Amino acid sequence: MTSVSHPAAATWSEDQPVKVRVPWHQRLQPANLLWVFLAGILVVLIVAPMWTLVVSSFTDAKTGGWTLNNYVEAYGKERHITALTNTLKMGAVVVVLKLAFGVPLAWACTRTDMPGRNFVRYSVFGAFIMPPYLAGVGWILLAGPNTGWINRVWHSLSGSTEPLVNIFSFGGLVLVTAIGGFFLVFVLVSSAFEMINSEMEDAANILGAGPFKTAMKVTFPLVMPAIIGAALLSFLGAIALYGVPALISIPARYPVVVIQLTEFFSFPLRIQVAAAYSIPLLLITAAMLGLQKLILRRKGYVSVSGKGGERRIVKLGRWRWVLFAYCFCVVALSVLMPLFVLLLAAFSDSWTTGFSFSNLTLSNFHYVLFEHSSSQKALVGSIGLGIVAATVAITLALFIAYIVQRKLIPFSGLLAFLAVSPYVVPGIVLAIGFYAAYALPPIALYGTYTIMALAFITRFLPIAFTTSSAGVRSIHPEMEEAVRILGGGRVTALRHVVGPLLKRTLAGGWLLIFVPAAQELSTAIFLVGPTTRVVSVVLLDLSEEGELEKLAALGSLLLIIIVAVVAIGMRYLGRDFMLRRS
Amino acid sequence: MDGLVLRKLGRRFGAVDAVLDFDLHIKPGEFVSLLGPSGCGKTTTLRMIAGFIDPTSGSIELDGKILSAPSGSVPPEKRGMSMIFQSYAIWPNMTVAENVAFGLNLRKLPSDEVKKRVGAVLETVRMSHLADRYPAELSGGQQQRVALARAVVIRPAVLLLDEPLSNLDANLREEMRFEIKRMHDEFKITSVYVTHDQGEAMVTSDRIAVMNNGRLEQIDTPYTLYSRPKTRFVASFIGRTNFLSGNCGNHMIDFAGFSVPLAMIGEEVTGGGPITVSIRPQAMKLSATEAPRDKAINLQGSVQQSAFLGETWDYVFQPKDSGLQFRVAAPPADVFPVGAPAWLQIDPAQIVPIAD
Repeated sequence: MTSVSHPAAATWSEDQPVKVRVPWHQRLQPANLLWVFLAGILVVLIVAPMWTLVVSSFTDAKTGGWTLNNYVEAYGKERHITALTNTLKMGAVVVVLKLAFGVPLAWACTRTDMPGRNFVRYSVFGAFIMPPYLAGVGWILLAGPNTGWINRVWHSLSGSTEPLVNIFSFGGLVLVTAIGGFFLVFVLVSSAFEMINSEMEDAANILGAGPFKTAMKVTFPLVMPAIIGAALLSFLGAIALYGVPALISIPARYPVVVIQLTEFFSFPLRIQVAAAYSIPLLLITAAMLGLQKLILRRKGYVSVSGKGGERRIVKLGRWRWVLFAYCFCVVALSVLMPLFVLLLAAFSDSWTTGFSFSNLTLSNFHYVLFEHSSSQKALVGSIGLGIVAATVAITLALFIAYIVQRKLIPFSGLLAFLAVSPYVVPGIVLAIGFYAAYALPPIALYGTYTIMALAFITRFLPIAFTTSSAGVRSIHPEMEEAVRILGGGRVTALRHVVGPLLKRTLAGGWLLIFVPAAQELSTAIFLVGPTTRVVSVVLLDLSEEGELEKLAALGSLLLIIIVAVVAIGMRYLGRDFMLRRS
Repeated sequence: MDGLVLRKLGRRFGAVDAVLDFDLHIKPGEFVSLLGPSGCGKTTTLRMIAGFIDPTSGSIELDGKILSAPSGSVPPEKRGMSMIFQSYAIWPNMTVAENVAFGLNLRKLPSDEVKKRVGAVLETVRMSHLADRYPAELSGGQQQRVALARAVVIRPAVLLLDEPLSNLDANLREEMRFEIKRMHDEFKITSVYVTHDQGEAMVTSDRIAVMNNGRLEQIDTPYTLYSRPKTRFVASFIGRTNFLSGNCGNHMIDFAGFSVPLAMIGEEVTGGGPITVSIRPQAMKLSATEAPRDKAINLQGSVQQSAFLGETWDYVFQPKDSGLQFRVAAPPADVFPVGAPAWLQIDPAQIVPIAD
């Protein structure tokens, strides 16, 4: 064999072996400690409360030993079982109604030439800002059996003494629950419609399918996963909602799970039984989200994830006004009517006497701002908690998302899992977990702002994580590597590059958390103390006292503050920040 | 040892050796390119030098100090290097001047000193007038200049360049090659340049390390690499060439149809048996008549194909009664129609034995 002289093998490699080790102090990266710290926080926020919840459901309240008695007590009474089946029934009907509201509106606003599309969009957005319990109060003002305005108009027109509509009924419960949550259906299905490339529909047309056939065979199946996903989330939202049942289901004599849970929390306090009773809620949620994942993973639906190409809108002709009428009805029912009566009541001496100039007053606002024992403090508390929860959740989520996206530590996927896991925990169940873990001595955080802030942060961590994660993914890793090679550590990179670049994304996420956190009721209900009430809880108190005008005034104040914050945010982020989210 | 030393460097991803037994010594101030096809391990090597990836075997040292070893590495921020990235990685939230000043500020330089140096380096890359612009307002070439300024302003111990020109259009790429060369000549920073473009490597580099399948094939000056490739891979990756198989006897190498005395070829060949040689298209000349040159090998045959490339003709020549085919480069004035009889002269000194 011919060999060619090969001087590439350099001579220096024969040097005596040196001690090949980098001193530890040169290898040290202070950022590594941060990751340990974050994992610790997640344990406090998620693992400990959930673990305590499950453990305490098997714990004997007196002896502290292991028992199944809590389950026996929780499910032993027919009433308790009825509440469970009622809840499922209500959830199912609410889903149908939410889809009937959300899907046509989403289609109308994204794919048709319907007039007033922006008006409908803004109104739907209003439904997001208005907390469900305020819509509920609005509807009590409108359709209370005796004094509701609709009934009073009916009485004077027909001379009848029977109510035309009664909000304190199964139908009322379902309607108010649905109008408070169809916003999510609208957002999810809208973005699915926006993903569909018109070429997919053209392909069906060119092969001979008419507009109707195309819609049924192509368009509709393509948004099906989004609709199914929205339906599942709607169901979960409906069964976990606390405010609306608290207002309506008791007078309607229609017991549901969340109300039953509060019963376990009233005297005699049976926290272990409450824990046992909340487990099905948890399991249903986990199962549904698992199901959704399974459906979305099926092969046929992959095409929806493609980039949205050119979209053509459907020309409706005369039908555009019919569609608009329907959309207007939906937004009237869900936002315009309840909001209108709520504002009117806030400025009225007595809402039962109807509208007249002599009835106008500002005294309700004066009362809630300066006279009522806790509402002023509650306003500050709610806004403060909203700000703290949104800020901490976003900051925490940013760090976690960064670690996960950049795969900085082994098992970083576990951190991601933990961060999104509160998603399967209904707010009221989360509250029970926090109560069980932190409310009682030795930690004794019951009734402090701290425990509420912690619970709120946990509740909204999944939104924060999803937003931050998408943001970090959009930043090329070389942006940070450029910082590091020039001498900055990972923390410097986060502070000077990743953070500033994600400003808008993070601000959008912040608003998405602030709005619901400032209104949050179900997580707060078991954690508030006598001196730490939040607006949502004070509103419920006022409703129990029958002070609906004052309630309306306080609710309006909360809405005004939130709208102001959102308006500032929209100015900065552009109005689409909320509606363009999948 | 001074300079950057890679010693038996290796990096394994799962069951695949991305880089294996890589030995390289880059002298202070030297400009070395890592050249190879995609997936050859050149970027992995560069990122190991930067400290973004830890080696699984071997070590990296700079001026006698160990930087990387399988047991742990100095993080990138403590290496005193700088890097130009494929995506430029200009921070869009900072102006040009802020981008350039970033590394200086991290080094806690007084602000007037920072200002002075930023001004000077922006002058060098001809970007002074755009100092207050944001990156989104710059063209690709201008962003590239900012990246260059940001990297050299800190006077790094080593400058790393990861395919910095691959996102630019052809004209700009040509211009930036010389820009990078000029910056190197001015600042004399030890530089490692990763590219898959041989033209870039040849313009900028003192030496080029050709990599294939995670291994070093050959490291030499651009001229030597082209004229004296050591392996089949290098010969075919850098420029175009003709491979000939022959048999090596005591004094002659026998090819199909002709023989060359061992003494006439430019390389020392030991042993005997089958041998492969590389002959560049430029090492041969076509002529219409037999040229009276005794040092050259003369073959009679005909032109089989021709293509005009602007700067040269690209002919395929086939010797008479032979299955061999030669690609030959000829100046534009040497016009041969396809099928025309011709003579091929080969310069034996440019016949290069290679390892397969």
